[in-house]
Amino acid sequence: MIEIENITKSFGPLEVLKGVTMVVKKGEVVSVIGSSGSGKSTLLMCINGLEPINSGRILVDGLEVHAPSTNLNTLRQKIGIVFQQWNAFPHLTVLENVMLAPRKVLGMNRQEAEAFAVKNLNHVGLGDKLAVYPSKLSGGQQQRMAIARALAMSPHYMLFDEVTSALDPQLVGEVLDTMRLLSSEGMTMIVVTHEMRFAREVSDRVAFMHQGRIHEIGPPEQVFNTPQQPETVHFLKSVL
Amino acid sequence: MLDTSLTSGDLLFMLKGAGVTLSITFWAMIGGTLLGLGFGLARATANWWVNTALGAVFDLFRSVPLLIQFVLANSFKSIIGLHWSAFTVGCVVLAIYTSTYCAEIVRGAILSVPATTRRAARSLGLSYWQDLREVVFPIALRSALPSWIGLTLGVMKDTSLVLWIGIIELLRSSQIIVTRIQEPLFVLMIVGLIYFLMSFPISLLARRLEKRWQEYE
Amino acid sequence: MDWSGRSTRPDGTWRLSLRLEFLESPPIRGDLFSPPTPGTQRVHYTFHWYPAFRAIPEMLRGAAITLEVAVLSMLLGVSIAVLLAVASGTRYRSLRVIASTWVEVARNTPALFQIYMAYFGLGSLGIHLDSFPALLTGITFNNAGYLAETFRGGLRAVPPTQTLAARSLGMGQLQAFRFIILPQMFRVVFHPMTNQMVWAILMTSLGVVVGLNNDLTGVTQELNVKSFRTFEFFAIAAVIYYLVAKFVTLSARLIAWRLFRY
Repeated sequence: MIEIENITKSFGPLEVLKGVTMVVKKGEVVSVIGSSGSGKSTLLMCINGLEPINSGRILVDGLEVHAPSTNLNTLRQKIGIVFQQWNAFPHLTVLENVMLAPRKVLGMNRQEAEAFAVKNLNHVGLGDKLAVYPSKLSGGQQQRMAIARALAMSPHYMLFDEVTSALDPQLVGEVLDTMRLLSSEGMTMIVVTHEMRFAREVSDRVAFMHQGRIHEIGPPEQVFNTPQQPETVHFLKSVL
Repeated sequence: MLDTSLTSGDLLFMLKGAGVTLSITFWAMIGGTLLGLGFGLARATANWWVNTALGAVFDLFRSVPLLIQFVLANSFKSIIGLHWSAFTVGCVVLAIYTSTYCAEIVRGAILSVPATTRRAARSLGLSYWQDLREVVFPIALRSALPSWIGLTLGVMKDTSLVLWIGIIELLRSSQIIVTRIQEPLFVLMIVGLIYFLMSFPISLLARRLEKRWQEYE
Repeated sequence: MDWSGRSTRPDGTWRLSLRLEFLESPPIRGDLFSPPTPGTQRVHYTFHWYPAFRAIPEMLRGAAITLEVAVLSMLLGVSIAVLLAVASGTRYRSLRVIASTWVEVARNTPALFQIYMAYFGLGSLGIHLDSFPALLTGITFNNAGYLAETFRGGLRAVPPTQTLAARSLGMGQLQAFRFIILPQMFRVVFHPMTNQMVWAILMTSLGVVVGLNNDLTGVTQELNVKSFRTFEFFAIAAVIYYLVAKFVTLSARLIAWRLFRY
């Protein structure tokens, strides 16, 4: 369970998160929608400690993320994150990309790591690209590799930060399909996205963020069909 | 305070050596830059095989240690009976050595001027040489100056090698003093300071120029 | 006393004397069979290449030592340069100052000066280095200084998002650096590193100034002093240096092609 309790965060004078509270239960898929600058990506980066917070706290399975005593490296093994720019490691093949962290962080031996990596790569549909370098792959394939790379750490939670925004339209589908597959397998996911159809079809809940706050959160039918807040209405009108 | 046998006369002697260093640098840079301008222009504008041939020759000068070039030049000049001083030999060798690097700088600078700009100049009616003088030269100068300054500083440091053919420049002059007073670390630190003061401010200036000009792009 | 003019006193300390070991021009010989006519200067030098060619094996052995010094100085220099580059980027002021001092001293003073410091200067501190270690120290110091600047640029060229991705997978700072940042930096700086290697090879010739007599220049000098065939011997040495430099450059290109196939 991820518990976000009234967190605020500023980048210098700019307040990006102005008191966000949310609870994500195991197996839930929560989509976060909103316009740029609403703080969605920052929220994700705070959850696994890549960004510090100014006040409030975030608990992952009861462990406080920003407590000084928390070992962030250990924590991050439980939380997988996929970025908008997939950030593939260009000097490693696809297989090596996925194998690296399990070997060096989890201490898996070569065969174990390789077998598990192959399994994850097959799962995302890249089983035939194992010895290829990322530069030879399309954006969609690299993004799926990034997903497999995160999955190879056997995380309890997966965070997706606008993972299809940088892709050509025809490549978006394959990535969304992978995410759909994951959600059907019971992975707990927080998905920041602009893909409204995906959000509506796959999420258990949808959160609308605006200017650093969650203005509305609830099941997709509620948020999309009967939005309560004026900002939500305004946003949905502009994107749908 | 400091317990040393170093006299002010010694210091003066070292400064004279520094003067020799600077004077060799000066002559080598004049010769090297002029030659380099010619070579660089040639390499930037000539056809393929002239370019490659020149490139190979220059590469030769950059793949043989300077020390050996000094020795070879010094002995060759005696073989063919030229009565040059070691100083002249030093300056000539350094000038030729520098010109190969300078040629690269000039060539790069000329090639860095966009062909479109030059075409615009020519279509306005400027002749080939006018184009070179009024358009290419100022732009190329910007790109070449920081590297050229770096080259000058490099040459100044390389002059220390002429001690091997008998010239008493800064480093050798310091060794002469060390022979007498047997305080190598102290004297070397003074020498190092002198070199540093001759080089560092100029290199800072070059870096600042480079940064300032980059902002204009 | 060696080339440099350094001799060891009985009590173990050193005495430095000036050696006017300049390379003298070869004596101008007259023709073998008739004396020079009075009032004229006979300049007649016969090139004797044969002894020089015969000495090639010995010079090649010297070239091996030259390569040895160069390779060692590069291995050490690269390692130190990585540390210096990292130090320049930390938030600890003292580390940044140490790094920039090293770099600026190395780049604003002659290499020969740095070698002199190692050979003569350290003696005042009680550290007495022989020609070989002194040369190695001097060249390593120089390499480290120049390469540190290069590596700084190289580190900046690796996108910070790479570190982000690595850390988010649970890798520690050191692991991220070792497996993700360093390999990518290596590719960026490979060409300048090759140039520095060639520089190091050429710089080893300065060993002769501090008395090294078994690298290529040192061997050549020994042969020169015994025979006064300065031009012939040093010309052959020059050719060998050229070939070694070319060999290194070509090997580097091959290694790069093999290593950076992505």
